[in-house]
Formats: sequence, structure tokens, C-alpha cells
Amino acid sequence: MSELAICAWQKLELGTVITQPGNAAQLRTGDWKTLRPETDTEKCIKCGMCSIYCPEFCISENEEGYYPADLFYCKGCGICANECPKQAISMVMD
Amino acid sequence: MTKAIGLEVSLAIAEAVKQANVDVVAAYPITPQTHIVEELSVYVANGELDAEYIPVESEHSALSAAVGSSAAGARTYTATAAQGLAFMHEILFITSGLRLPVVMTVANRAMSAPISIWNDHGDIMAERDIGWIQIFAENGQEAYELTIAAFKIAEDRKVLLPICVNVDGFILTHMIEPVTFIDQKKIDDFLPPYSPALTLDPDKPATFGPVGVPEVYIESRKQCEQALLNSKAVVQQVLEDWGKSCGGKYKLVEKNGNDKAKILFITMGSLGETTMTAVKELEESGESAGQVRIRLWRPFPREEFLEAIADADELIVIDRALSPGAHNGPVAQEIKALLFNESKRPKVHNVIAGLGGRDVTVKDFQKMYAMAKADELGPNYLIWGVRSDA
Ligand code: SF4
Ligand code: SF4
Repeated sequence: MSELAICAWQKLELGTVITQPGNAAQLRTGDWKTLRPETDTEKCIKCGMCSIYCPEFCISENEEGYYPADLFYCKGCGICANECPKQAISMVMD
Repeated sequence: MTKAIGLEVSLAIAEAVKQANVDVVAAYPITPQTHIVEELSVYVANGELDAEYIPVESEHSALSAAVGSSAAGARTYTATAAQGLAFMHEILFITSGLRLPVVMTVANRAMSAPISIWNDHGDIMAERDIGWIQIFAENGQEAYELTIAAFKIAEDRKVLLPICVNVDGFILTHMIEPVTFIDQKKIDDFLPPYSPALTLDPDKPATFGPVGVPEVYIESRKQCEQALLNSKAVVQQVLEDWGKSCGGKYKLVEKNGNDKAKILFITMGSLGETTMTAVKELEESGESAGQVRIRLWRPFPREEFLEAIADADELIVIDRALSPGAHNGPVAQEIKALLFNESKRPKVHNVIAGLGGRDVTVKDFQKMYAMAKADELGPNYLIWGVRSDA
């Protein structure tokens, strides 16, 4: 949920209209997960498949060339773990 | 003010919409509202009214188009009745939820089945909780004047809510009544152009109608509810200003007859005129009868109503709709709930009258009065005039 919208009713925008385009970026979808992805860097071949399949677009390459998930957005759906050709990702309790 | 002319009330309402200088009319014709929107289409076609006329394929689309145009900052009008209002149902909530000041005439008509094109309040009573301001006109002049005032009420920055002006189908819409039109200049001074607080604007993008997750929904509803509650003061102020600068004097709740009358009729809409005659005759024959007319139905004017009935011992609440399975008709339910916490509570009788266009005459009111006095109206409600074998 956008932190901006968590406010007293008096402060809510007229008609609950969103006046800041793109404020969905503030939506902490990471709140929803019970499992989070963890990458075994020994197994990972840095192919980037997981980032392509992630429906949240929350996996991106880091300086070392690995693909960690941004847990602010990761919903814990497990698609990355399922698609990884090397079974390098395991879903662990968050 | 000019001289009164004889005119069908629907055409007077169309004139009011024209004089309010609307930008968009989106409507689908349905009896008994048709003449209003037909006349408006003529005004637009012949250039008398510089507006977009959107001839939609249904009432659902009519109100949807109205929502869009109002969100784009246009002064917007629509009208409907009965099944048409029901077909708008989901959009009715969206209009108020998005705080869009659409003005709508509801030519009140009975709900099917069986099909009835005639008047009662079954249509609007099924839409009590849509979050719109709801007012009732009693005659043609009122229908004309309240339609203009409605725009000023709805567009007030403290309100920004849709409003429906209820006009009894046929009994008012198709009646030829003397109507006094108000000078355009006066109306222009009274009603400045609509200046929206938020609009759909590509240069300043906004999302109207996003998802309201559980963390937000309650606050969102509270915002709309409070706006509706606050609108009472604005309705009152606008009607006062209207009385001073343009037309007649209107109150949220109006009283007629002996101020200290012991038995009061409570009515909404055109039946008030018939009641007025009945009350006058009852008074002349020495009875303690009076009348209270509720003009503003939503938000319900509690304080004004309680003040109006303060001296009464008994109320005969006339409902023009059934609330099947409930203790009373909608208006009587409202009043009983309001009275429950009061220390002095008059006795409340409830008569459901005039369903599906059945005539309710002066004699009927006199009979109701006599039955109330003799305590023959029963504890809950009585459906007036229903033929029965028993
Ligand atoms: S668990 Fe789902 S949301 Fe999270 S990183 Fe993997 S694919 Fe993306
Ligand atoms: S899909 Fe598997 S192997 Fe490929 S980058 Fe992601 S974790 Fe590494």
C-alpha cells in the first residue's frame, strides 16, 4: 500500500483520486509473501532467466553479476525458483 | 421576474437545464422522463444550447458518460426513471464515490413487475444509500427552480457530490402548470461556471477510481459520507440565496397549517399539494391537522424535522413505496429511527399510498386522519386502497 494513502479520512484526496502518477512504486507488495527466494551462488550461472520470468520485475543484476530479488516488491510467488534452469533458487520461510 | 406561462413541467425542467448552461447531457429516454431529454436534444440540435448531447444506448452508459464528462470538468446533466435508475445502480455509487457533481432528474416511477409507467417512489427508495443528495419537488415551479439550484449545491467546493431532483412521474412531469421563468441574467449571477477541484487533464495526470484496498476503503467511504452530511448546510444556504436573488423561498422541511396541530401528515413530493387541501378543509371543520413536507431526503434534515414536529402528538407518515419485509415504509422507518432516542415521541402511523400511480385524493387524507384519531391505522403500516377479500 502506498504509505501516502494510509492517512486519516480528512487527509485523503478528494474522491480517493490518485494525483501522483506512478505512485504504485510505493506499494510494498513485499508485505504479501510468506516465502522468499534465496539464491545459491554456487549453483547460479548468472543467466538472468529468473529476472525475465519474475512477474513483479523485481529481480535485477547486481555488481557481481548475480540476480537477487528486491524484497520490498517480491511477493514470494516462487516463479523464479521454478524457472531457474540450475535449481539455484530455493524458497525459504520469510 | 416575468409572467407565469402554462407549460408542461418536463419542458420547464429542460429550460432549467438550458439556463444552467450545461456542457454535457448524456441521457437515454425512458417514460416519464422522455420529454425532458427530448427537449434538451432539440435545444442542442438547433444551437440554443451549446452543449455536447450524448445519445447513449442505455442508462448504464448514460451515467457512465456523465461520470466521464464530469471528471473532465464539464457541467453534466442526466435524467431517468424507475428501471432506468435501477440500471444505473452501480454507477450511482461511483458518481458519489468520485465526488462528481452530476445533476440528475428522477421522474419517479414504480418499479416493474408488473410494468408500470406510473408514479410512486419505489425507484428512488431502492437507491437511498447511493451517497447522492436527494431532494423532492412538489410542483412544476419547484421542479424548475430546484433544478437550477441543484447545480449550485452540487458544485459547491464543500459538497462536490451528485444530486438528484425527484419529480413525480406524470403527476408532475406531464402536467401543464403555470411556471414563472427567471431571467437568464439573474441565473448567470447566481450560478457561476463550474470550477472543478480535480479533473482529468493530460498535463496533470490523475487516476479516478483506483482500487481502494482494505487499508483505505473505510476512510474513503467516510470522506463521502461526511461530505453528504456537510451538504445540508450548503443546501440550506443555496436555497436561501436562491430565494433572495432569483425565485421562491424553500426550506429543507416545510410546515403547513396550524403551527400547533396535534396530528401531522408527513409527505414528500407532489402528494403534499393534495395534503395541503385536505389539511385546510380539516382545519376549517375544527380539526387540529397540519402538514410537514420533507424536501431534503438525503442527507436527512434531522434537526429541522424534529423542530417541525415538536408540538405534534401523532404523525401520519405517507410512504409512496413499500419496503417488503420491513416494519414500515422507508420514510416511516427513517422517522421512527430518528425518534427512538428522543424523550418526547409522537405516535407514528404509516400509510403506504399511491403505489403504481393509484390516485390519492383529498378524501383519502381525511379518511386517514379520521382513522388515526380512532386509532384504526394499525401498529405498523397500512397499504392504502388495496382491494382484499378478507
Ligand atoms: S518469488 Fe516471485 S516475485 Fe519474488 S522474485 Fe521470485 S518471481 Fe519475483
Ligand atoms: S535463473 Fe537461476 S541460474 Fe539463472 S540467474 Fe537466476 S538464479 Fe541464477
